[in-house]
Amino acid sequence: MSWLRRDSNQPLWKEEFPVRTADERYVTRRQLTKFLVLTSLGMFVGNLWILFRSLFQKMPSYPSATIAQLDDLPIGQVKLFAYPNAEDHCILIRTTAEEYVAYSQKCTHLSCAVYYSQENNCLECPCHRGFFSVENGKVLEGPPSRPLPRVILEKHGSQLVATGMRA
Amino acid sequence: MNSSHETPPQNRGLTAIAGAMSLIVVLLVVQVWLLSAALESFLAGNRKSAMPAAVVSGLMFLACLALYAFVDRVDSQVRQSTES
Repeated sequence: MSWLRRDSNQPLWKEEFPVRTADERYVTRRQLTKFLVLTSLGMFVGNLWILFRSLFQKMPSYPSATIAQLDDLPIGQVKLFAYPNAEDHCILIRTTAEEYVAYSQKCTHLSCAVYYSQENNCLECPCHRGFFSVENGKVLEGPPSRPLPRVILEKHGSQLVATGMRA
Repeated sequence: MNSSHETPPQNRGLTAIAGAMSLIVVLLVVQVWLLSAALESFLAGNRKSAMPAAVVSGLMFLACLALYAFVDRVDSQVRQSTES
């Protein structure tokens, strides 16, 4: 590790642990500068990781799954289901006679389960009072910064089929 | 002026390091914000912002590295003057 330090007559421990206060302050600040530069490197590596994931991550493929019968759900009522996996809980809402919308039930803030509030006509997260629009899943109020992922629905005869997710 | 009244080399080094450190802190704060914004954007499904964020973050890291090289140079000068 000799390349890390300059040529000096003093031993390293004397340089790094000086006796005088002024020298000690000097060494501490120099070490903090090193630490800050390393933190900057960490931030850069984090951005590179995001870039790597963006470039090489494959788009997920979603299965088609029947989630409800069209007439089973009364207007203004909800049905909970799991899509695309058993751990991914979603919420289906019948807003009008012909219109159904479905979203991931996981709040984009801290992953609490959202529920449908019929009186406010929005999706609410009870943990930190986040509110999402029923029409498009966008954030209306509260700490979440991203909309709820939407489940893409198709009507196949009398069945309502989930075919994918849109962030 | 008498040489005994001049600023000691450690103090001069300390001033240079404090200045460089403040600039590094400013760059670091921007990098933290950039990382959180890029992550937020990535999680929201927008993949276009990752490249410019990484490039700008890289440039900021290089600026930090240049500031550190400056600190290192000042440091070696201080050591030389204290040893002589």
